[in-house]
Amino acid sequence: MSFSNRNKAGFLAIELDGAGYENLATAVLAAESAGFHVATFTDGRVPGRANALQRAAFAGPVTRTIAVVPEVDTVYTEPFHISTQLASLDYVSGGRAGWIVTAAESPEAAAAVGRSLVQGEALAQEAAASIEVGRRLWDSWEDDAVIRDVATGRYIDVDKLHYADFETPPDFPGLGYSVKGPSIIPRPLQGQLPVLAAASLVGGGLVPADAVDAVLVSAPTPELLAAEVRDVRARLGASVAVVAELDVVLDSRGEAAAWRSLSAQETGRARFIGSAAGLTDLLDALLKEADGVRLHPAALDVELDELSRVVLPELRRRGSLRPPIQDGTFRELMGLAPAENRYATTASGASK
Amino acid sequence: MTRDIFQPSGQIQFGIFFQGVNSGTIWKTAESGSQTDFESFRRLVQTAERGKFAAFFLGEGLRLREHLGRPHALDVVGRPDAQTMLAALAAVTTNIGLVATQNTTYNDPADLAHRLSSLDLISGGRAAWNIVTTDNAWTGANFRRGGYLDHADRYRHAEAFVETAKRIWDSWETPTGPARRVLHEGQHYTVDVAPLLPRSAQYRPVLFQAGDSPEGRDFAARQADVIFSAHPKFDNAVEFRRDIVARSVAAGRGANAVQIMPASEFILAATDQEAQEKKDWVRSLQIGPQQAIAYLEQFWGRELSSYDPDGPLPEIDPVVEETSETRGSGFHGAKARQLADQWRAEAKDKGLSIRQFVTSKTARVDATFTGSYTAVADHLAEYARVGAVDGFNISPWLVPTGLDDIVNHLVPELQERGVYPTEYRGTTLRENLGLQTPVRSAESVQVP
Ligand SMILES: Cc1cc2nc3c(=O)[nH]c(=O)nc-3n(C[C@H](O)[C@H](O)[C@H](O)COP(=O)(O)O)c2cc1C
Repeated sequence: MSFSNRNKAGFLAIELDGAGYENLATAVLAAESAGFHVATFTDGRVPGRANALQRAAFAGPVTRTIAVVPEVDTVYTEPFHISTQLASLDYVSGGRAGWIVTAAESPEAAAAVGRSLVQGEALAQEAAASIEVGRRLWDSWEDDAVIRDVATGRYIDVDKLHYADFETPPDFPGLGYSVKGPSIIPRPLQGQLPVLAAASLVGGGLVPADAVDAVLVSAPTPELLAAEVRDVRARLGASVAVVAELDVVLDSRGEAAAWRSLSAQETGRARFIGSAAGLTDLLDALLKEADGVRLHPAALDVELDELSRVVLPELRRRGSLRPPIQDGTFRELMGLAPAENRYATTASGASK
Repeated sequence: MTRDIFQPSGQIQFGIFFQGVNSGTIWKTAESGSQTDFESFRRLVQTAERGKFAAFFLGEGLRLREHLGRPHALDVVGRPDAQTMLAALAAVTTNIGLVATQNTTYNDPADLAHRLSSLDLISGGRAAWNIVTTDNAWTGANFRRGGYLDHADRYRHAEAFVETAKRIWDSWETPTGPARRVLHEGQHYTVDVAPLLPRSAQYRPVLFQAGDSPEGRDFAARQADVIFSAHPKFDNAVEFRRDIVARSVAAGRGANAVQIMPASEFILAATDQEAQEKKDWVRSLQIGPQQAIAYLEQFWGRELSSYDPDGPLPEIDPVVEETSETRGSGFHGAKARQLADQWRAEAKDKGLSIRQFVTSKTARVDATFTGSYTAVADHLAEYARVGAVDGFNISPWLVPTGLDDIVNHLVPELQERGVYPTEYRGTTLRENLGLQTPVRSAESVQVP
């Protein structure tokens, strides 16, 4: 595939959870004008956190260029709902939607819907099944299924609609299920939304590498991050884009990052603590290894200021950032080829 | 004034019901736009907001309608998920309510309550939930639990579901916290949840109910703020109001507790005659020859393409015992043979061709207001005067321009008559509808 441009420019994503639901429009616009390529929206049972997919949907019409990518859990949510909600997100964002697949390992999430806790490898199998349902439903309408043929009175060409007929595999650890289809919404604008997942969920008997378009890679320290990116790439092959995860705490407004970092939450991700110039150098180096980097700012408005005034302009000057694509799709940004439809009668080759 | 006597407000409001999937929306003309592009929705919701509409509704169907075992090809089909679209529309509007039709059978209460709270907070207190209970194994085939619910249990299930959602929204001691855990253990689901989101500017999402059986009406009288009803014709509306007032008084909620907004369609022009001509044109595009035959095929259970749409109803009999649910809610369970006999008699009696007959059955006959702007405004003012309804839920027959003449011509006429709002009363849907802020139920307090 098309990630051979690895040594060229990469993209930058920013996690916008810190914006809450009240300052969403301001935050996503600031991220877009700073030159970020992707805004992500964390989900999970945290007090005060609104549903990620809806935050992403709200951000869609406010922006023109930045991709809007929510986390959506696959274990305690309905695959049919996820698929149609994400397809809808693609429509409201003009083809700038993506999906960060998560598999909740949370007793609270299980109790909230009255199911028993899913753990271990079963998490990846739930995720794999939901991704497969999602992708089949996105393909279940061919691109030109809406024909509006006045002569025959047909709004759609039924031959271009397909039942997904998904069934969980025989070795499925949880309660098996089936999903019929077709989707209740025509194929998303991008055909297939880019699917991202934590590298720990993908490959080696977990979610198959060819089910995802990109993985999110974490390491304990910034120093180890580039090496981890190389390892994951070696493990999963060149067809999967690799995105490095980085927490950032920057010197700002006369306050040293080291001080500010004392109050920052432990996340298990690599954390850069220091000056904007230092972060610029680190990102410059990381973007030579990874296709993209996702930044998790300690305090969104504080870090976003430094990032937009200092870090991103300098990275652009050095040529390490891909230029944003005005009115482009998330697939285009990721360098993905147009998504072929697995059901299309004229399709050739594999599809994703 | 007693709580048991209904007091008309003297006002009516409008909502728009963007059904998305039906034969009512015309797709065959040059002006017919996309049913899925965001621009269609933006244009409609912003027009509605300019016309001070109270709410923008999206319908929901969780399986594509079928015809003789394949997806139905003739009508508009395929639409965005309601809550996702409404969250996006929240970004391009400021006052209009955003109503998501969401089914109680194929959702989890804690999850749905959380997503509706999210929409409510993102929109600044403008969210509502149109509660529907459509249930059948055919729809269930798209979901993990399949067709687990008996039709007879749909409202018992829905009631437990809504009670649980209300307890989740009620669980805050103050508007921002702390929240108490909500537990429910029932026949169909178990919930143990620590609510995550605070109250919105309107306390919690407004509850609409759509469903017309006696069980559905009682459920609405106990639980809902507004009924999305199916009775817009004046006499029926008055009768429905009486019925709902009686049921809400019996439920201990008072005569004015539940508002009513019937589904309706408007075909308007400068003069009555022009409107009548427009109506014929609209109907001819809603029910074309193929739609007319397909409609009968649905009940006959067999192909009828050899019949002339302009001729009489087929003399051959249905091959199915009961009509199926595969054409969406409202279609299932009719005894096909009996229906066919009845329809043949009716069509013969009135001298109707297949196409004329099907038009009379499907076009929202009772739901259509046809006439000049002034005549329709006078007619609606009468509804306001007696309090037959609190508003109308308008299904536009054209997307995305279907509200333009209503907002440009009908709304000013109604405003002149003093029966329609000239400004939004507030910023939340609850304020704009004139609904009371809910009283926090004692029940959630008992939960450990
Ligand atoms: C005006 C109106 C609009 C409705 N819209 C929907 C809808 O968008 N989606 C849906 O699944 N059901 C819809 N329904 C049907 C409801 O699902 C209803 O709960 C179902 O018919 C069963 O309830 P009942 O037997 O009380 O009518 C609607 C019903 C009415 C009266």
